[in-house]
Amino acid sequence: MKNSLNHLQELESESIHVMREIASQFERPCLLFSGGKDSIVMAHLAKKAFWPAKIPFPFVHIDTGHNFEETISFRDSLVEELGVKLVVGSVQEAIDSGKSVEEKGVGASRNILQTLTLLDTIEQNKFDALLGGARRDEEKARAKERFFSHRDDFGQWDPKNQRPELWNLYNGKKFPGEHFRVFPISNWTELDVWMYIRSENIRLPSLYFSHKRDVFMRDGMWLAHAPFMQLKDDENLEHKVVRCRTIGDITCTGVVLSEANCLDDIVAEIAATRETERGNRADDKRSETAMEDRKKEGYF
Amino acid sequence: MDNTFDSNEYINMELLRFTTAGSVDDGKSTLIGRLLYDSKSILEDQYNAVKEASERRGEGYVNLALLTDGLRAEREQGITIDVAYRYFSTPKRKFIIADTPGHIQYTRNMVTGASTANLAIILVDARKGILEQTRRHSFIASLLKIPHVVFCINKMDLVDYSKEVYDNILSDFKHFSSKLEVQDIRFVPISALKGDNVVNRSENMDWYHGPTLLYLLETIHIASDHDLVNCRFPVQYVVRPFSDEYHDYRGYAGKIAGGIFKPGDKVMALPSGFTSTIKQIDTYDGPLDEAYPPMSATILLEDEIDISRGDMLVRENNVPQISQDIEIMLVWMNEKALQIGGKYAIRHTSKELRCLIKDVKYKVDINTLHRNLEDKNIGLNEIARVSIRTTQPLFFDRYKMNRNTGSVILIDETNNVTVGAGMIM
Ligand SMILES: Nc1nc2c(ncn2[C@@H]2O[C@H](COP(=O)(O)OP(=O)(O)O)[C@@H](O)[C@H]2O)c(=O)[nH]1
Repeated sequence: MKNSLNHLQELESESIHVMREIASQFERPCLLFSGGKDSIVMAHLAKKAFWPAKIPFPFVHIDTGHNFEETISFRDSLVEELGVKLVVGSVQEAIDSGKSVEEKGVGASRNILQTLTLLDTIEQNKFDALLGGARRDEEKARAKERFFSHRDDFGQWDPKNQRPELWNLYNGKKFPGEHFRVFPISNWTELDVWMYIRSENIRLPSLYFSHKRDVFMRDGMWLAHAPFMQLKDDENLEHKVVRCRTIGDITCTGVVLSEANCLDDIVAEIAATRETERGNRADDKRSETAMEDRKKEGYF
Repeated sequence: MDNTFDSNEYINMELLRFTTAGSVDDGKSTLIGRLLYDSKSILEDQYNAVKEASERRGEGYVNLALLTDGLRAEREQGITIDVAYRYFSTPKRKFIIADTPGHIQYTRNMVTGASTANLAIILVDARKGILEQTRRHSFIASLLKIPHVVFCINKMDLVDYSKEVYDNILSDFKHFSSKLEVQDIRFVPISALKGDNVVNRSENMDWYHGPTLLYLLETIHIASDHDLVNCRFPVQYVVRPFSDEYHDYRGYAGKIAGGIFKPGDKVMALPSGFTSTIKQIDTYDGPLDEAYPPMSATILLEDEIDISRGDMLVRENNVPQISQDIEIMLVWMNEKALQIGGKYAIRHTSKELRCLIKDVKYKVDINTLHRNLEDKNIGLNEIARVSIRTTQPLFFDRYKMNRNTGSVILIDETNNVTVGAGMIM
C-alpha cells in the first residue's frame, strides 16, 4: 500500500519515538537489560533510534546470580558490540552483605529480591528513567500500564492514580527522587516481537532455540535444572529437547518441549500455540494478582 | 490462530486502533471477550483462568467479560475504571483495543482512549435505545475526531432480533447525528452474548444485509486517516554522533506529523524562518525516498542552520498557524478545578512551554452539546472552550485538520500531573 506502514513498522516507529523522548526528557535514563528477547529487541530499537550516534544511555542488568551462563556471555558481547556502558546490580552481593535474605526451601526464588537490588541500583546511579521491555499483552495488570509510568520516591506504582496519557504527548515531569519506568514496546504482542526478530534478523542466545537439557516438571510446567535447584521427592530429572520462551532467572523460567531450531519454526510455533508465555513463569502463579502486587512494590 | 498462519501475510497487516465505549452492563466486556474468543485470539490458559474464575464466582457460564477486567479493584467492584489495552489479530489486521469505562465520571478515560483511536465502537442496548450516555459517547468520539464510528446495537436476542426495534433506533439516531462531526458512521445489530454478527453472520437476522462487526474492523479504509498533504515535522531530537566516521553529521530526528517529505524538498524551519533543502532522510536501514506519517526518521539539511528540539520543519508555501494566543476545547482531567488566570505547563508536539489560562468562553454540556456561557467553573470531566496564552509561539494546525499538530496537554506544575487535554480550535 502506498504511503502507509504495516503494523510492525508502525510499532517500531512508535517505540523509536518513545526512546527519543526518553533521551530528551530525562537526565539519567538507562535501559533495563534482562538478557531476554524483549530486552534484546529494545536494544535493537535503541540502536536504530540514535543511529549513527551511539545509544546515549547505559544498560542495567539486575543479576540474580541464577542466570544461564549463556545469558551473561550474550549480554557482554552485545554491550561491547553496541559500545554502551553496563551497570550490574548484584542480588548475590546483597545477600552476602546481609542486605537481602534468601527464600528457603523448595520453590525458593530470588525474583522478589530483585526488587530491592533494583531500587538500590537506581538510587546509587541516580537513574531517573528506566526503560523496560514489558508488554501490555503479557499480563492483566500490565494492560493498564502507561508508556511513561511514574514511580514515587519509594519506587512504588500507584495503579489507581496514573497520569492520563493522550495522543503521543508524554509527560515525564517529576520531583527529585522520583523516577519513571518507560515501556517503549507496550503495544507489541509476543508474536510481534518474534516476527520483528525474524524480519530484522536479530541475533538471539541459543537458549531460545531447541536444545537438549535436564528438566523436571513442577506445577504443570517444565523447569530447567541447575545445581542450586531443590527437587521435591516426586520430581525427577529428565533429559528433553526444549527451548525457552522467556529467559530470566533460572528458578522461575519455564521451558517448552520444542523442536523449533530456527526463527521460522519458532514463529510458526508461537502462532499456533495455545498458551501465553507467562503461563510458563512460576512467579506469576502465586496468586491471581501476583503481578499487580509486585509491580506496586517497584518490580520491573 | 490456526495452522494456516502465513508469516508474510502477518508482516503486511495494517494496524487498527479502536476504542470501545458503553455504559455499565451494555455488554462491552462481553463483546470484547467475544471478539477475542471467536477470532481465536484467546489462548487456552487465559480461557481456563476465566472459566475457573467464573465457576468460583458461581456464574453459570464462562464470563468472557472477566478477560478484560485488569486490576484488583475492578475485579472486586465488577467495573472497569481505567483504560485497559487489549491486542488481537486476524489474518487481515492487527488490532489494539483501548477499553474504557462509559460512565460520565470516567469521561477522562474515554477521552484518553479516544485520543489515539482510528475507530470507536459505541454500544447501545437494543432494549433501551439511544440514551444520554450514547449521545455522550458519540460526542466524545466526534470531539476527539475519531474518523470512524461503529454503533453496535447489542442484545438483539432480547428483542427477538426485531428489525423494527433496530430501525427505530436508527431513526432516533438521525435526530442528533447532525451535530456530530464524524466522517464515517456505521450500524450493526449484534448479540455479544450469543455471537450474532460479531465475527459470524447471524442466522437470526436475515433482514440485515450489512457486514459483521469484525468484517468492518478488518476492512474499513484507514490508510488515508493521516494528513499526507500538509508537511509538518516537529524536531524531537538532534542526532550528533561526534565520531570520526560521522564527524559533521547533524540529523534532526522526529516523527512525521503530516505530509510527505522527500530529499530535494525546500523546507523552512520554525520559528527561525530559515530555509534549506533536504539533503537526505535517514533511517538505520538506509536512506528513504520519502517519509510520511507516522514514520520516525532523521532529516539532514544542505545548510547548517540552528535547529533544536521543539522546532518544526515545514514547506515554505504551507506553514501552520503561529501564535501565542490559542483557543482550545479543553477536557479537564483533575479533581482540582481549572484556574482562570492560572499558569500551567503545556506540551505540544515536541515542545514544552508554559501557558496562562485567559478565559473560559463557554462550558459544553457533554450530554447535549448545549453551551453554557455563564458557568465558568470547570471541574473534573468537564469540557470547555478556553483561551490561553503561551510563553512563546506555538506552530499548530486546527485539531480538525491534524490530530498531531492540533493537540496539547496541560500539566499542573505543583504536582506534575497531567490535568487537561486540549484540542486546538
Ligand atoms: N442477552 C444478552 N445479554 C448480554 C449481551 N451482551 C451482554 N449481555 C449481558 O449483559 C450483562 C453485562 O455485560 P458486560 O459485558 O459485563 O457489560 P459491560 O458492563 O458493558 O462490560 C452480562 O450479564 C452479560 O451476560 C447480549 O448480546 N445478549
